[in-house]
Amino acid sequence: MTAKIKEWPGTPLRDTDIKEKKVLSTEWHPNLKYAWDCGVGYGRYFAELKNGKIIGTKCEKCHRVLLPARAFCELCFRTVDEWVYLKDTGTVNTFSIAYTDVQANRIKEPQIPALIEIDGSGGVGIMHLLEEVDPKKVKIGMKVKAVWKPKAQREGAITDIKYWKPL
Amino acid sequence: MAMRKVAIVGAGMTKFMRRALETGKELAWEANKMALDSCGLTMNDIESVAVGTAPDAFDMVHMKSEYLTDGTSGWRKPTMRGFVGGGTGVFTVAQGWYHVASGLFDTCLVIGEEKMSSCMPHPQAAFVTCWDQFTESPLQASLLWFFAWEMNRYMNAHGITEREIALSSVKNKKNALDHPCAQLAAEITVDDVMNSEVMAWPVKRLDVSPTSDGAAALVLASENVARRITDKPVWIEGVGWCLDSMYVGQRDLYYPQYVEVAARMAYEMAGITEPRREIHIAEPYDPFDYKELHHIEGLLLCDKGQAPKLLADGYFNRDGNLPTCPSGGLLGVGNAIAASGVMKVAELYWQLRGEAGKRQVPGKPKKGVAQAWGDEMQVGTVVVVGT
Amino acid sequence: MISSRVAIIGIGYTPFRTISPDVSFKEMMFEAAFKAYEDAGVNPRHDIDSFVDCAEDFTEGRSIFDIQAPDNIGAALRSIHTVCYDGIGGLIVGYMLIQTGQYKVVAVEAHSKLSNMLTPGYLVTHALDPVLNKPLGYNANYIAGMEMNRYLYDSGATREQCARVCVKNKMNAIDNPLASYGDRITVDDVLKSETTFYPLSRLDTAAPTDGSIVMVLASEEKAKVLAKKPVWIRGVGWCSDTPYLETRPWSEAAYARLSAEMAYKMASIKHPRKEIDIAEIDDSFSYKELQHMEALKLCHKGEAGSLVEEGATEREGELPINVSGGSLGVGWLGEATGLQRVLEIVLQLRGEAGKRQVPGITTGLAQSWRGVPTTTGTTIILSKE
Repeated sequence: MTAKIKEWPGTPLRDTDIKEKKVLSTEWHPNLKYAWDCGVGYGRYFAELKNGKIIGTKCEKCHRVLLPARAFCELCFRTVDEWVYLKDTGTVNTFSIAYTDVQANRIKEPQIPALIEIDGSGGVGIMHLLEEVDPKKVKIGMKVKAVWKPKAQREGAITDIKYWKPL
Repeated sequence: MAMRKVAIVGAGMTKFMRRALETGKELAWEANKMALDSCGLTMNDIESVAVGTAPDAFDMVHMKSEYLTDGTSGWRKPTMRGFVGGGTGVFTVAQGWYHVASGLFDTCLVIGEEKMSSCMPHPQAAFVTCWDQFTESPLQASLLWFFAWEMNRYMNAHGITEREIALSSVKNKKNALDHPCAQLAAEITVDDVMNSEVMAWPVKRLDVSPTSDGAAALVLASENVARRITDKPVWIEGVGWCLDSMYVGQRDLYYPQYVEVAARMAYEMAGITEPRREIHIAEPYDPFDYKELHHIEGLLLCDKGQAPKLLADGYFNRDGNLPTCPSGGLLGVGNAIAASGVMKVAELYWQLRGEAGKRQVPGKPKKGVAQAWGDEMQVGTVVVVGT
Repeated sequence: MISSRVAIIGIGYTPFRTISPDVSFKEMMFEAAFKAYEDAGVNPRHDIDSFVDCAEDFTEGRSIFDIQAPDNIGAALRSIHTVCYDGIGGLIVGYMLIQTGQYKVVAVEAHSKLSNMLTPGYLVTHALDPVLNKPLGYNANYIAGMEMNRYLYDSGATREQCARVCVKNKMNAIDNPLASYGDRITVDDVLKSETTFYPLSRLDTAAPTDGSIVMVLASEEKAKVLAKKPVWIRGVGWCSDTPYLETRPWSEAAYARLSAEMAYKMASIKHPRKEIDIAEIDDSFSYKELQHMEALKLCHKGEAGSLVEEGATEREGELPINVSGGSLGVGWLGEATGLQRVLEIVLQLRGEAGKRQVPGITTGLAQSWRGVPTTTGTTIILSKE
C-alpha cells in the first residue's frame, strides 16, 4: 500500500517562513506557577542540605539506602525505618560533557553533569555537576567531594552544593 | 479464557517534518483519513479512539487530547489518551488492543500525533520540566545529559566504542532513504558521525534523531470485522508495558531492565519462547543510535553487549538475519514521539503484508516486534504482531 | 460481548484538606495506595497485574507526570500507565484491562494537589485553542458562566434552583468527615455572594481541595476470593464532544447523555430514574448538577430545577443526589473528583456511609465531567450484587 501512495500529507516549513511572517502564527506565554510541598522525605533532605549534610533513609527489609531521602521504599512498598547521614564524598558512576545547554544552545565552557554514588549509601547515586576538573580527565570511578555554598547562602535546595570536584 | 483476537486492518501517516504548516488536529486528521481509506472504512465504523501524544508542553495546550478531539476522530465517541512519555506511540497500539480485546468495541482507531515545533525556541527545552522538580530540574538538567549518561554506562559496561555504535545511525538513515515520509534520510558514514558536533559527550549530533511534527494512525478490528475487511489481517499477538522507578541513582543504566520486563509480558501473551528464532523483524525505538542496540538486547534478541558486533556483521540489515528498523527508524524518519511509535507498528503492518515497497525485507516475515521507550530512562512498551 | 464481571474490591484515601503542606504528592499517593491494598488484601509487588494512574501534566506542573507515578503506588518495574483522564476514566481502563482476560487485579490512582497550583485561572485558559480562543485573554471560567446562562434560558431553571443545589450539597457535606466545605447556607447567601462569571457567583462554584484516592479492581473470580463486600461494575460509558467553543451545544451536556447511554445499555437499565437508587454527579458548578440530571435521564428535560426545589434529591428523597456533599461540599479534587464520587457510592453500597447512609439501595451511579473547557465525561454504574 505504501508503494501506491504518491503524495504523502504534510507541508514542511522552514524557520525563516515563521520569522519572515510568510505563514500566520500566534504566540502565547504561559503564566503557570507552582509551589510544591516537599513533604516528609524531601523536606528533611533539603533541611539537612542547608546544614551542609547529606541524609538518606534506610529500608530494613531490602537493606537499601534511599537517596534522595524518601519516606517510603518503592520496592518493598512500606515506610522506611530510619534516617542515615551519609558522607559528602562519592564516586562517579557515569558522566557526560555537555556542550549544549538545556535550551539546545551551544555553550563555550562545557558542563559536566554526573551521577555520583554517595559514600556510605552502598552505591546509590545523586545527580549533580562536576567542576574544577579537566573534562578530558573525568573517568567513571573517579573519587569526588562536594563543594558547598557558604552557610549563609544555603536555602535548603540541591543547589546548596555548588558542584563536586576530584578528591 | 480465550483471548479475543484483535487485528490491524489499516494504516496511514503523514510526512515527518521539523516544522509542519498543519496544526496538530490537521496532522492527526490526515493520518486518520489515510488509515480509514486504506481499509475502506469511515468514521461511522469507528467505535472508539485511542490517542497517543507526548507532552502537552510542546503544543502548549493543557489537556491536549481534548483539544485534538476533532482531528483524532474522537467527536462524540469514547476517546481515551494514554501517556507514557516516549513509550506512548507503541503503547497506544496496546491501548487500542485492550479496547477491542475487552469485548467492549469491535473497532478502535489508534492515532499518534505530535507537534513539537510549537515550542519555541527549541522543543528540547520543554524537557527540563519533566525531571524531579525538587532534586533535578533546579540543576537545569538537559535531556541530553540522561542519554549521555546511559550511553556512557553502556559503553563502559561492555567495552563498546562510539564508532561501533555510530553504525546504527548509518544503517537507519540509509534505510530511511526508501521511506517517503522521512525527515533525515541520508547516506552517511561512521566518520561523518564521529566528526559531527559533540552535544553532550559521548552524544554527537548525528547520534541523535531530530524533533519532528507528524502523525500516524492504525485501524484495529475484532476478528469478525477484520476478516470482512481484509484477507491479510495483521494480528496483535502480544502486548507488554513496564515502568521502572524514577530514581536513576538506584538503578544501573547499562541495561534496560524495563524493556525486558515488557518484552517478556508481550512474548508470553504471544506464546513466544525463543524470540531470537521466532521474531523475524523488529522495530526497536532508536531516538539515539546506542538506544537501538540497548533495546535490541532488552528485547532479548541477542546477548547483553553483543548487539554492536552483530550490527557490524550486517545481522540487523534489511537483508540480514533479523532486520531492525527497516523503516529507517527515528534516526531516519524522524522523532515525532508518539507518531513515531505508531509508525513503527505501521511499518511492521506493511512489511508483514508485503506492502513496504522499496523497504520490503526479503523472506516473507511473519512475526515482528515493535518497541518504544521514554520517561526518565524508564519505560518499555512492546507490541508483537503476526500473520 | 462481556462474559464476566469486574468488581471494586478495595478503596483507600487520604483525608481531603484544602492545604496539605506537611506531605508531598508522592507521600499522599503512597498513603492512599497503602490503605487501598490493605482493604483489598493484596500486595502490590506480587498480586496486582497492572496499574493505572490518572493525571494531566499541567495540573501537576511536570511534563510526563508518568515518570513520577510508579514509585508512589508500588508499581516500580511493573505494568503501569498513565491516562490523561479523570479517575472514573482510570476505572474504565482498569475494567477494560480485566475484561481482556489477561489481567486479574488492577489498581487505579488519582489525586489532587491543587493547593500547589498557584495560578488556576491561567491553567484553565491554557486548555483553550491557541489560535482561536487563547488570544482573547480572559480567565476561561467564563465558559461556565456562558453555559449556565444558556442552560437557564433553554431549560427554564432559575438561579434560585441552582442555589438550592449549593444549599443541599453543603448541608450534606456536614455529615461527611472527608468534606472540606460543609456549611449551613441559604439560597439568599448564594445569590448575594460576589459574582464571578455572571450568572455564576462564588458560592455556585466548587473550591479545590487536596487528596489522593486509590481503588483496586478485580475479576469476578478473584473478587469472590478476596473481597467481603465487592461492589460490581455493571456499566461504563465515556464520551468526548467537540472541544470547539464555536460549535458545541451550550445547554445540553451531550457528553453526559452519550456516556450514560453507553453505560445504561451495558447495565441493561431502561428506566434510570426508577432503577438508579443513588447518584453522585458532577456539580463543580451548581447548574451542572441540574444539567447533568437531565442529560443522565434521571428526570425529564426542564424538570431538574423543580425536583431540587421539591426536595426530591435530598438524602431522604426519592432519588438522593450528591449525598456526599458533591464537589460543592467536599471540594473539587481535579482528576480525583470522579473517584470521590465512586468512593461515596462504594461506601453507600457497602453500608459503610455512617450518618449519610441511605437505606435499602442496590444500584448507584457516579458521573464525571473533566471541567472547563472540556466536553468530556464518564458514567459508571455500580451495584451490590
